[in-house]
Amino acid sequence: MEFTRRDTLALGLGAAALTVLPFRVAASADDKIAEFTGGADMKSEGITLTAPEIAENGNTVPITVDAPGAASIMVLATGNPTPGVATFNFGALAGSQSATTRIRLAGTQDVVAIAKFEDGSFARAASTVKVTIGGCGG
Amino acid sequence: MASGVRPRVKVPKSASAGETITLKTLISHPMESGQRKDSSGNVIPRSIINRFTCEFNGQMVVDVTMEPAISTNPYFEFDATVPEAGEFKFTWYDDDGDVYEDTKAIAIG
Repeated sequence: MEFTRRDTLALGLGAAALTVLPFRVAASADDKIAEFTGGADMKSEGITLTAPEIAENGNTVPITVDAPGAASIMVLATGNPTPGVATFNFGALAGSQSATTRIRLAGTQDVVAIAKFEDGSFARAASTVKVTIGGCGG
Repeated sequence: MASGVRPRVKVPKSASAGETITLKTLISHPMESGQRKDSSGNVIPRSIINRFTCEFNGQMVVDVTMEPAISTNPYFEFDATVPEAGEFKFTWYDDDGDVYEDTKAIAIG
């Protein structure tokens, strides 16, 4: 089969689009972060995210977030079809700014937690979780 | 939808005033993510619980916004301060408009 100049150009464009696509998915997680923080800088101290290193079943991955003094904590799964997981807003009677839940992960990826403090500052923690069986029924 | 949705909550029977206690909640719910397909290839529509709140005597303890990445049978564990005797109220809000509630009283002692 012969390649015309036009075909070659189209192939090149297609290949370029393919390499860009995964970044688009990651960008939507970045959008969520920007929406939550308003673009503010994030510290790396003051928040702990506990997640398993290896999760055999992506359908229920136990995670714990803990950020003393936080007003709210947002959890994101950067590799999921929809990156949002949950946002915890702590009220006046919260005994501690920590919570445990179980989440779904589509595959091996970074789980990110961002805490918003009363004084308007933010802190970020991330943890890579290896997933053996994905949890999105795909 | 959501037949057989049953909330289960674990709260100590009593606590001393000002003590911090751990609460555990679980509600049976399929949490259909909207990503799965049935055997004929049609997408199964999303049907999840999108919000969970816990209040004590009308004061907020925690308010959680939930997205499809929360597992089937959503489980939450968190801490609350108990200033006086009263009642914990747990509320789950379903996508279809249903609201599931549970209350647990706690005594000071």
